[in-house]
Amino acid sequence: MTSHRTTRAALIDLGKPLRFTFDGTAYQGFEGDTLASALLANGVRVMGRSFKYHRPRGPLGAWVDDPNAIMGVTLNGRSLPNCPATTTPLEDGMQARAVNAWPSARFDIKGGLDLFHRWLGAGFYYKTFMWPDWHLFEPMIRKMAGLGDISRNVLEDYCADQVHDHCETLVIGGGAAGLAAARAAAEGGQNVVLVDDKPVLGGGVHQLAGVEDFAPRDWVASEAHAIEAAGGRILTATTAFGIFDHRMVGLVQNGPFGTAPRLHRMRAARIILATGALDRPVTFASNDLPGVMTIDAACEYLARYAVLVGKRIGVLSNNSLADDKLAMLAEAGAEVVRLNPADGAICALGRKQVRCVAQGRNSHKVDTLLVSGGMTPLVHLWRHAGGKLDWCTERQAFLPGAAPEGMVAIGAAGGTFDLDAALAEARAAGSGVPADAIPSRYKLTPLWPEPGSKGRQWIDFQHDVTLKDVELAARENYVSVEHLKRYTTLGMASDQGKTSNMAGLAAMAAVQGRPLPEVGTTTFRPPFVPVPIELYHGHHEKQLWHPLKRLALEQEHREIGAALGEYGGWLRPGWYGTGDAKAHIRQEILTARNAAGLFDASPLGKIEVIGPDAEAFVDFIYYNTISTLKPGHIRYGFMLTEGGIVMDDGVIARLDRNRFVISCSSSHVGSVRTHLEAWRQDGNDPDRIFVHDLTDHWATLTVAGPKAREVLTDLALDMDLSPTAFPHMTMRETRFAHSPLRVARVSFTGDLSYEMSIRRSKAAELWQALVAAGERIGAAPIGVEALSILRAEKGYIMIGKDTDGETMPHDLGFGVPRQKKKVAFIGDRSLHSVKANGARRKMLVGLTVSVGDKALPTGAHLVEGTPLQSVGYVTSSYDSPTLGHPIALALVENGTERLGESISVWHMGETRMATISAPCAFDPEGARLNA
Amino acid sequence: MQIFPCPFCGPRNETEFHFAGELGKERPDTTQEVAAPDWATYLYAQRNEKGPVREVWMHLTCSELFVMERDSVSMEVVGSGSLREGAE
Amino acid sequence: MTRYSAFRLLREGLRGHSGWGQAWRSPQPKPAYDAVIIGAGGHGLATAYYLAKNHGVTNVAVVEKGWLGGGNTGRNTTVIRSNYFYPESAALYDLSVRLYEKLSRELNYNIMFSQRGMIVTAHSEPEMEMAARQVNAMRLNGVDAEFLDRDQVRKMAPLLNFGPDMRYPIHGGVLQPRAGTGRHDAVAWGYARAADALGVDIIQNCEVLGLIVEAGRCVGVHTSQGDIRAGIVGAAVAGHSSVIAGMATRDLPITSYALQAFVSEPLKPVLDTVVLCPPFGTYISQSDKGGLVIGGGLDRIPSYGQRGNMPVQETVLAGLVEMMPALASVKLLRHWAGIVDVTPDSSPILGPSGLDGLYLNCGWGTGGFKAIPAGGYLFAHILATGQHHEISRPFDLARFETGHLIDEGAASGIAH
Repeated sequence: MTSHRTTRAALIDLGKPLRFTFDGTAYQGFEGDTLASALLANGVRVMGRSFKYHRPRGPLGAWVDDPNAIMGVTLNGRSLPNCPATTTPLEDGMQARAVNAWPSARFDIKGGLDLFHRWLGAGFYYKTFMWPDWHLFEPMIRKMAGLGDISRNVLEDYCADQVHDHCETLVIGGGAAGLAAARAAAEGGQNVVLVDDKPVLGGGVHQLAGVEDFAPRDWVASEAHAIEAAGGRILTATTAFGIFDHRMVGLVQNGPFGTAPRLHRMRAARIILATGALDRPVTFASNDLPGVMTIDAACEYLARYAVLVGKRIGVLSNNSLADDKLAMLAEAGAEVVRLNPADGAICALGRKQVRCVAQGRNSHKVDTLLVSGGMTPLVHLWRHAGGKLDWCTERQAFLPGAAPEGMVAIGAAGGTFDLDAALAEARAAGSGVPADAIPSRYKLTPLWPEPGSKGRQWIDFQHDVTLKDVELAARENYVSVEHLKRYTTLGMASDQGKTSNMAGLAAMAAVQGRPLPEVGTTTFRPPFVPVPIELYHGHHEKQLWHPLKRLALEQEHREIGAALGEYGGWLRPGWYGTGDAKAHIRQEILTARNAAGLFDASPLGKIEVIGPDAEAFVDFIYYNTISTLKPGHIRYGFMLTEGGIVMDDGVIARLDRNRFVISCSSSHVGSVRTHLEAWRQDGNDPDRIFVHDLTDHWATLTVAGPKAREVLTDLALDMDLSPTAFPHMTMRETRFAHSPLRVARVSFTGDLSYEMSIRRSKAAELWQALVAAGERIGAAPIGVEALSILRAEKGYIMIGKDTDGETMPHDLGFGVPRQKKKVAFIGDRSLHSVKANGARRKMLVGLTVSVGDKALPTGAHLVEGTPLQSVGYVTSSYDSPTLGHPIALALVENGTERLGESISVWHMGETRMATISAPCAFDPEGARLNA
Repeated sequence: MQIFPCPFCGPRNETEFHFAGELGKERPDTTQEVAAPDWATYLYAQRNEKGPVREVWMHLTCSELFVMERDSVSMEVVGSGSLREGAE
Repeated sequence: MTRYSAFRLLREGLRGHSGWGQAWRSPQPKPAYDAVIIGAGGHGLATAYYLAKNHGVTNVAVVEKGWLGGGNTGRNTTVIRSNYFYPESAALYDLSVRLYEKLSRELNYNIMFSQRGMIVTAHSEPEMEMAARQVNAMRLNGVDAEFLDRDQVRKMAPLLNFGPDMRYPIHGGVLQPRAGTGRHDAVAWGYARAADALGVDIIQNCEVLGLIVEAGRCVGVHTSQGDIRAGIVGAAVAGHSSVIAGMATRDLPITSYALQAFVSEPLKPVLDTVVLCPPFGTYISQSDKGGLVIGGGLDRIPSYGQRGNMPVQETVLAGLVEMMPALASVKLLRHWAGIVDVTPDSSPILGPSGLDGLYLNCGWGTGGFKAIPAGGYLFAHILATGQHHEISRPFDLARFETGHLIDEGAASGIAH
């Protein structure tokens, strides 16, 4: 293989050679190379295979526009799939492999598929594989498709930084126009950020002989220096991949290979788009052969990487801009053969690389064929932001039209291809001082696909969409540009149609004989270049994804061996002790029933409602009448949605005339608070009601069990604990350790129970006092699991577990307010809908099983009839240590009217029998509750 | 990321806000007879306009409800004001 | 209609594919039709097809403001399933799955329904109980369902995160084996081609500007291509249902939101089933082409803007990385959004609109694609007979007055 490296001064560092392999063969490149430039320098032409036909392919472009050279790359044990060779900076030791090719891109075993191309055209799969069944063919097709293979292993430390940033002027694109605009804006005193997607600034400037009397490299350096001197920031290797609502720009900043890129969420008051333009390929027979490349790409390889892509180069151009560039190729030593598009269609010949180009009767031996079909401005971001496009006949391109707010396009992105005009325009945009427009010198003769012409002419290189496919789509009336795209898959490859979209539109326009702009464009969707999914992920990983809420007493629980687990977003003791969890839970239940259980109930809601209208407000908020509650008393009640569905249950205490404490379920605190605030402000006088959530400020510790009073007595609180002085469902305020303490006699176990709330900072002191007092009488801490069984024994429900999205209060045995309550309350009218009044409502019941039977599976359905129909389901089911037999709660149609009936319980195809009973299986008279 | 103007806290990220409903819903007086269709309209009917809309939002960090005018197609925010005074 | 077959493909391959006819015509609208359907998405086209095929009503126009199949039909994540809790939903969506199962041959168009199964994971013991409730409900509804333990989930979807420090460890899940994915565009094109062959006029680039209402009855539509009169008008316009209802001065129980979807670069096969992990708000499948197709929850802001919004992108994709960490370095190729019509119970609305002569097929929210055959089948029945089909009756607009909501989300704890 011959070296294609020239002596031209470029942006690579010849002092830093880098070794790498491609498809197993070793090569050498230099610091500053991309994988593609290094391979081209080594004379490698075939760098990939196309998606469908497995045609040999080499790079068509030199940057993000290339559809062909896609590789899986491994470095230091880290592998990344689908790396474009043209945008992957070379690093020492890289091992690259062409995707979708085996054993190598040059000798691909599936290359023979191309022989069947005439049957594999656009949409062929829609017309066949239906008989006998798609599933017969699909596995084979699935295996054939796809590009790279991913490692199933997780990349360690592959984590994207994510930063928020803002500036006054964001300049996207660090070519001539972008640099000049950023400099003008920065020197005008604006806070400027310039981003460029290449590692080295300058865009196409490096191809030029000079810029304003400077050598290109010096000009770029001086502009960059001036920008930074004026306080501007420059981010290289950073691509603006999308513009989102409210002018938020997504930037992806790439680091060394194998590291996750960094996301910048950049918000800019003003965006200057200087993204340049792409040279577009030309459609002719066998235009996909390796060695066919755009003129701009060849010049970039020469200017940036000192790679002369060919020795004898055929050139086909339809525009002045490309013509002007050709001199540098000749200067570098290439023999250039010009072909005139006006002399007729051309045809590339060769097998794995172009060897010859034919035009009419003439043919020329070449090793490379460079083409330019005109410039296509990069308007993707313009469209993301909602900017319009106008068709420019002169340039045969869509140019930015009506601008989105705060955005302007300059230079080649705006259709200004001449350097002097672009610089003048850029400086005007940057400084805000208007300048006279310089007339365009860009000349172009339209050169679009010609329907009916011979040979296979590629439109979308990666996806193997040819001109014939476009013709077929038109014949079958898939003529809308979106139908064309979806039917042929044109523009849907990983290059996002950067080179193929215009050719596709033009082909469809030509086939139909319509003007090109009438065909329209498909939607430009972010991201502009593919970005790793990790970019959106960042450090919100593992336990930081939805962080758990922590108890004030976590340390205390850990010290006594709590098994901590997640319950409703909180990290809470499930039980205490190691080893057999079931045995511990059982023991905790027996402790609570025989002595007392100490339970950390801190997540329980503590929302205060205060003010002169508080009484009327809670009456409206609650299903139950609260206004009749006396100070110091507590009531159990429901909050409903306006749809009448039970949203939360819990107790409410009245502290005094104008002050209530709502104790909502642990996992509903946020939603209840929002609910209260919404109703407070909408429909009430917000100056007369105040909602104050103290849940996180106060810890709540519960002592529940027949010996609970003894535990409290031991604390020597300044209060009368006798049942007559402090009965069930009342609340007292006292002090503990010089801090206010609220003690509520409420129970979630069915036993005598005190719920004590205290400032978070005093929680440990109270807990230790309770544990010490408890030890003397055999009381011990209990976890959430024990409590769940204790409450189920008593028939107490958990919202969302024992209720569903249809449960109304009268389904739970609380029908009185629905019939009797006079004042308005949330959900009231819905409790009288046809459905609410209807038969077959699912109601809360208990289920009992025969002696010796196992507990029913939670989630089992209750069934009737033939065929079997579900009439409800088991919502909670446990072995009750207290009662010595299984218990269960269920929602069953008309359940309360069917007490004593036996019913079939169906689970995963098996049926058992159970008897419908009252939900409460423990102390139904309530003697222990009121003790 | 959209920026919403809380009338009390200033411009903030959209993630701090909760959509509370369209402006102008009046709760029927349920101490009187309310016909089922009227209740259903109150509960569920939405203007769901395409274009300029006036909505009630809650800023979750200050818990204040306010009225915001915006465009449901372009996502442009026109302005906001307290619920009591309506949109400015 | 040129019939599609392997033999025909073989022959056309040999003669440059010159023999294929148009998949559908591009007719000019006639002044009047027996039925006009607004919206040439999957539902509208399927409705037209079944009107012609099942009910013999062929004098039908489908009017479409853009290109056929260009709304949510062409913007979804292609999942087809019927893993529903309530019998009403199961009847509806399983009708759809059953129609999908034979749709390729019925339409003579390969819609590539690939029944690779769908797993919904459960991440705690309470969620496993809910999963059991769900599996039992599905089986009692006559829908296939399997209850999976952790190892079974792992075997089917090894890419899932079974790491020790996962925020929501996987305990098991619910599998519907008959669920899968289909080629979304092909569904629209297949129905369009078959309906066209039966005489239906599909009129693209024809925007409905207003309804023609005479004596309290909708008798046609004003369009950008002139007035079209109709014996009956059916609207199947998804996210724009409120706009059409607004022309009849009616407010629907619908809010429009953007729903985003994402696709990665093509990869060699790594994922055989559809997987949904509710706590991460993300689901994923791999298309036959190799792209990972990713979806998540609704945007939080009511919207008619057909584009994504970054906070939801970050939530969904970050969720995916937590769910399948090996995908972190896979590159995202494209993301987009559709406008979905969300009802209070997330169930669809089928039936009379309240304006005589105008019927609705809407409210499918995030799940319209999987319901296309059933939606079309039932809507055609309603338009042809003026009566509900037994399966569509529970989905009448009247349920919002009677309170008979069909709220799957609230019932099963499984997001949909």
